[in-house]
Amino acid sequence: MTLLGRFPALAGVDLDISPGEIVLLKGPNGAGKTTLLRLCAGLCSLASGQGWVLGHSLNEERRMVRRRVALLGHRTGLYDDLTVAENVGFWARAAGASRQDVDEALERLSLTGRLPDTRVGRLSAGQRRRASIASLVVRRPELWLLDEPHAGLDQQSRDTVDALVRGAAAAGATVVLASHELERIQVLEPRVVSVVGGMVRTGDEPAGPQSPNTPSDAEDDRRVS
Amino acid sequence: MFRDAWLIAGKDLRIEMRSRVGLNQIVPFAVTVLVLFAFALDTDQEALRTYAPGLFWVTVLLVSLLAIGRSFAVDLADGAADRLLLSGIDPIAVFGGKAAAIAIQLVVLEVLLGAGVVLLFDVTVHRYGLLVCAGLAAAAGVATAGTLYGALVAGLGVRETLLPVLLLPVVAPVLIGATRAFQDAFGVAGAEGWAWLGLLAGFAAIYGVFGALSYGALLEEA
Repeated sequence: MTLLGRFPALAGVDLDISPGEIVLLKGPNGAGKTTLLRLCAGLCSLASGQGWVLGHSLNEERRMVRRRVALLGHRTGLYDDLTVAENVGFWARAAGASRQDVDEALERLSLTGRLPDTRVGRLSAGQRRRASIASLVVRRPELWLLDEPHAGLDQQSRDTVDALVRGAAAAGATVVLASHELERIQVLEPRVVSVVGGMVRTGDEPAGPQSPNTPSDAEDDRRVS
Repeated sequence: MFRDAWLIAGKDLRIEMRSRVGLNQIVPFAVTVLVLFAFALDTDQEALRTYAPGLFWVTVLLVSLLAIGRSFAVDLADGAADRLLLSGIDPIAVFGGKAAAIAIQLVVLEVLLGAGVVLLFDVTVHRYGLLVCAGLAAAAGVATAGTLYGALVAGLGVRETLLPVLLLPVVAPVLIGATRAFQDAFGVAGAEGWAWLGLLAGFAAIYGVFGALSYGALLEEA
């Protein structure tokens, strides 16, 4: 169980993901998808129960987990006053990556031309998102945790993200995505896991469009978790 | 670890230079405080000279709150604080890097304010060695304690108002020690400047060690 404040955000989670698998977390807003991703990244603690990510315990070895995962959240994790290249370079050096890794990541996310020397604060939302993904690519993570990875991206950038996900999985990395764009994600042929009200349901479910009965954001906001 | 600490310090300093917040806001604020002190006491030039060390350090401490707040605000603005946790950088290196960046900014500020004190308050430096050593030790003390308390309040919505309440009482020994050392250096009182310098160095060492050891736990809660 994981708590947000005093309230359980996730409870009764029983989820096993294999290396190289692509998993889609499906569910309404506020269901616990983001919390589950943060839990897998070692950023949340377990109030009770046990969990292992990449062979490390989420109770005792969260620092070991963190070094090996990449989490793309709603926020970019970038510094507005640094350029794209400086931001990606900073996170690359923090991960022990080389200058060549930085150049490759920028190229891969189509951050070329004048963009590498542009301050992140002056970028569009989509460009910021791409720069954020580039700063994760340089880490060469074994587990990708992507929260709404296509949000704010144009068609070309979405294709780039899809190629990135496929490439990561083909290279043996595990990818866990949370997304509302279920039709879009279908092309990645993920295993679908439903998260509803902090409960996780596993099984072979279609990654089709969400039910029209999905609670609205306003309804979700009234829910505790 | 030193490589990572320098990486963090370099990043923080580069951001401060780029944003120009220090140049356009923090330095003018510091000079304004000094000038206001001068206005308040200008009828008594002797009092200005006598109290110059204390006024200088009160100004430095007030301004340090802004520098410390900025240091954590840039990490919190768009989720970089989480990325730092995920980066695998040792929390001791993060602490050392952030404290070093704040200390360097404070030293630069002290140089500028020192020039202002000499010009506005008409003081004369008698012991340059003591002045420099006390300035460096006090900057290190404020930076280490500030980095520790900055991390403590970083995750709170009331961090801007809570930081001064928590930090200023803690750095009171720095204010006292640095003021006495500067009184000796300026020749305005017969304080044992080098003895007070020992207090400043001890304060910085204690908070440096304590901060390095506890920073990992603080980052987890931030």
